[in-house]
Amino acid sequence: MRKTNRYLLGYLILLLLLAIFLAVNICVGSVNIPLSEVWNLFRGAEVDSMSTDIILQIRLPRALAAAILGGALALSGYLLQTFFHNPIASPFTLGVSSGAKVVVALIMILFLQKGYTINSLAMILSAFVGAMISMGFVLLIARVIDKMSMLIVSGVMIGYICSAITDFVVTFADDANIVNLHNWSKGSFSGISWDNVIVMAIVVFAALFCVFLQSKPISAYQLGEVYAQNMGVNVKTFRVILILLSSVLAACVTAFAGPVSFVGIAVPHLVKSLFKTAKPIVMIPGCFLGGASFCLMCDLLARTMFAPTELSISTVTAIFGAPVVIFIMIRKKKDRAE
Amino acid sequence: MRDEYYFRTEGLTVGYDGVPLIKEIEISIRRGEILTLIGPNGAGKTTILKSIIRQLSPIGGMVYLDGRSMQEMSGKEIATRMSVVLTERTKPELMSCEDVVSTGRYPYTGTFGLLSKKDREIVRESMELVHITELADRDFTRISDGQKQRVMLARAICQEPDLIVLDEPTSFLDIKYKLEFLAIIQKLSRTRNLSVIMSLHELDLAGRISDKIVCVRGDKVDRYGTPEEIFTEGYIPELYEMTVGSYDELSGNLELARVMGEAKVLVLSGNGTGTGLFRRLQREGIPFAAGILWENDLDYPSARALASEVISVRAFASISMAEKRRAMELIDQCTGVLCTLPQEKFGQMGEYGRILEELWVYADRQGKIVQR
Repeated sequence: MRKTNRYLLGYLILLLLLAIFLAVNICVGSVNIPLSEVWNLFRGAEVDSMSTDIILQIRLPRALAAAILGGALALSGYLLQTFFHNPIASPFTLGVSSGAKVVVALIMILFLQKGYTINSLAMILSAFVGAMISMGFVLLIARVIDKMSMLIVSGVMIGYICSAITDFVVTFADDANIVNLHNWSKGSFSGISWDNVIVMAIVVFAALFCVFLQSKPISAYQLGEVYAQNMGVNVKTFRVILILLSSVLAACVTAFAGPVSFVGIAVPHLVKSLFKTAKPIVMIPGCFLGGASFCLMCDLLARTMFAPTELSISTVTAIFGAPVVIFIMIRKKKDRAE
Repeated sequence: MRDEYYFRTEGLTVGYDGVPLIKEIEISIRRGEILTLIGPNGAGKTTILKSIIRQLSPIGGMVYLDGRSMQEMSGKEIATRMSVVLTERTKPELMSCEDVVSTGRYPYTGTFGLLSKKDREIVRESMELVHITELADRDFTRISDGQKQRVMLARAICQEPDLIVLDEPTSFLDIKYKLEFLAIIQKLSRTRNLSVIMSLHELDLAGRISDKIVCVRGDKVDRYGTPEEIFTEGYIPELYEMTVGSYDELSGNLELARVMGEAKVLVLSGNGTGTGLFRRLQREGIPFAAGILWENDLDYPSARALASEVISVRAFASISMAEKRRAMELIDQCTGVLCTLPQEKFGQMGEYGRILEELWVYADRQGKIVQR
């Protein structure tokens, strides 16, 4: 029962962090709004219209998007780590985010040139196609190369190729709307509409629910494929589900916020250390909450640190995330040496 | 009609990527029986086991479990009947030994895999059975190989199977744990009527624990039967295509290759006193002759494996002049004579003692006795 207490404490911490960062994200910015005023707004009391607009039209959707997408990213990373039995697998390191990015960029430019606007669902769909293409390459490579470090290297290479193509088309697609695209291709939570938030919430929460339903086979899979099979898991189907879910989650993030680095590796690792367990039933909600808080914190810093200039979200996530990755690798090395 | 056998294969052909490796495997095992696969490295023992547990799909033939074709059974139906212990090293992150063991309850738990009180009870029992209760809270990645192997066995047991499949379960274990491990397996097969299919490298242990042995060689099952049927003289060197050394099927003793050449030393021994010396001479590269040994003497198998010549007498027969004469010839021919039986006790050895005394005197006269 000691363990249960630890889990409860862990969740309490994560929820608290989420609440705090959500509140700070809504209050802090170029115009600071006191918390009491936010409270009044939600209570339905009279608040001045500028504050209302800032909160409802800009900060709240952005904060919600950061939270939802952050959670999705962490979860996607967790699934990929489980799938490849590799602690530094994530949509970013395996090139899945970049694959999604390049297809979204191409589709957007194509649409913009013809004068159409593209809706949220179509964005997710094109990102998903891109993610699956990259994932296909990664899986092909994984069949040839069984060494995990090489898999990551090839994933990073796929990422570079995709980024190069995206940069190329973004640079030469000469249109006023591309300015936005440029920001997006570097990773940013800015410019999110309520419409976006609703669509992403539906997709991400549906995926989260499906992942949660998979927590039992995931726990079996942690012992290795053969054991999982012997326990009655249909390994082939399970692997397809895992890939689809992680791709949907990663695609959703990329469609709205562009590529966001390191969250997928750092958060599952930190959450695992917090709970001192790898049990999926604890880890899945934990990763989601952790990813949400982590991205809220990073977005806050990205917005405010050098205001009015906004940093790309990946710049901030990398500062916090990369050391965690280095730490994981050192510890892994040490474990092997023992 | 109920099948007499709990597990049975019919013309099973196994291999990788559609290429058959071992063909027409016909093995069967009743409840509570232990079946062991032996054979040279790379012969395909693991391939057979992998096909039995459905990690590989069979290329041809049928596999029946509990009277039904495994092809028609769902993953869960198989999981509640058969569990596995593999050689593959698993490195589950942040899992205690108890966590690892409880994964065996997988086929019995609900949608989220939560353990009921009964599940926990079975986990506890399984851990007790293999004596790992005290490891419950330890991190699985931080225990010894012997302990890990037992944890994996407890995991397999708590899956409540009727058949357990183990791939070289004793490979990483030292001798104490090997015996302990096999003792647990034997106990399970007796008390729980559990059927066991495993591969073993240790022929001696295989011969002792198995009800049936399958010898895998080339592209087929070469022999299949009880240990008595398998371990007939000269079969093991044939199975393993041994070119150096020898294997004694009865005792399970291995000997290195004999030193070739004409005997330089004659060793007079008996009752197991000579074996150590035979091996020492082999190590030092000295060819030797041994005698006079009854074929049922403890020294006889090693003498036959290592000496360039053995003067031997059929079991329970008496020593004739011919053997005595041959011993004397060898004394003439050798540069030294060693006796591993104490000279002062020759008097208590009856007929053999008198002959030894005679040979001793004969050798001593030539100054060839080497004192030890």
